[in-house]
Amino acid sequence: MTLGVVVFPGSNCDRDVQWAAEGCLGIKTRFLWHEERDLTGLDAVVIPGGFSYGDYLRCGAIARFAPVLQEVVAFAERGGKVLGICNGFQVLTEMGLLPGALTRNQKLHFICEPTNLRVEPGQCSWLKGYASGEVVNFPIAHGEGRYQADEALLQQLEDGGQVVLRYCSNPNGSVGDVAGLTNANGNVLGLMPHPERACDPATGGVDGRRLLASLIS
Amino acid sequence: MAVGLPRFNNPRGAQVPLFSARVLVSLRPSVLDPAGEATRAAAARLGVDGVSKLRIGKAVEVELEAPDAQSARAQLELLSDRLLANPVIENWTLELKDDSSAGA
Repeated sequence: MTLGVVVFPGSNCDRDVQWAAEGCLGIKTRFLWHEERDLTGLDAVVIPGGFSYGDYLRCGAIARFAPVLQEVVAFAERGGKVLGICNGFQVLTEMGLLPGALTRNQKLHFICEPTNLRVEPGQCSWLKGYASGEVVNFPIAHGEGRYQADEALLQQLEDGGQVVLRYCSNPNGSVGDVAGLTNANGNVLGLMPHPERACDPATGGVDGRRLLASLIS
Repeated sequence: MAVGLPRFNNPRGAQVPLFSARVLVSLRPSVLDPAGEATRAAAARLGVDGVSKLRIGKAVEVELEAPDAQSARAQLELLSDRLLANPVIENWTLELKDDSSAGA
C-alpha cells in the first residue's frame, strides 16, 4: 500500500498527511511534485491542504492545469482513490472531479477551530470505517470553505448520497451544511476539514485515523 | 539550434494581428458576496449613503495574437469560460476592442 501525496509550491499540509499516514498508521507515502507524471505503484492519492501556487484567480484555478493532476484525473477515472483536503477539495472542484465550488466564508474570517461533523449515509470508500450518523471531530482551517451549488445541483447531490460529511454547526455558510462530498462512484472524496490533523494523540483527537486507515483495512 | 527560440526573436511574430480585450468577471446573482457587503458597509461609514447594491468582480485585460477577429474571439471565449471565470459561481462578459481594425 502506497499513498501518493501531491506537492505544489505552497502546499503546507503535505508533511502532516505523511506523518498521519506513515508515522501514525504505517502507510507508506510518496511525494508527487506538481510536475511529476508517474503515478505507477500508487494505491491512492491525496491532494493536501495549504495553497497551490499563489491561488491566483481562484483557489485551485491554476493548480488544475498542473501535469500531476492530469494524471490524477486519469487515475480517478480508472477507479483510483483520490482524497482532496481543504485546498485539495478546492482543486478537485476546479478540476471538475467534484461538482460545485468553494467561496469566501460568509463572515469573511479565516476560521481555525475544531468542528463536529456528521457522517451521512453514502457510499464513499474513504468513510467505510465510520458509522452512518456518527459525529466526528476534525479541525478546520480555511478562509474559502463556503460550499456553493445551486438548488438543483444540491438536490441532485443529496439524492445521490454524495453529501457524505455535514457540519453539525455550520461555520462558514456552506449550502446544505456541506463539509465533504464524494463523486458518484465513491472513490473521490473532497472535504474542507483536516482529518490528517486528527490522527496523532499528541495533538488532540484521533477521529481522522479511520479515514486514512480505510486504505489498509 | 533555432528550436525553441522565443517568439520575440521571431520576425514573423510581428505579422500576427494583436487583439485587445477586457473580460469582466462577476459573481452570479445567486451567490453571496460577503466582501461586497463589507465594502457596502464601509461606504456608509464614509458618508456615502444609499448604496443599495455593491458586488465585487474582476476585470482582466488581455492582449492576444490571432490570425483574425473570429479566431481571437473564439480563443478569448474559451479562456473566459474555462479559466478566468468559474461558471459554477461566476458570469463573464467579453469586450473585444474594435474587432474590425484591431491589429492592422
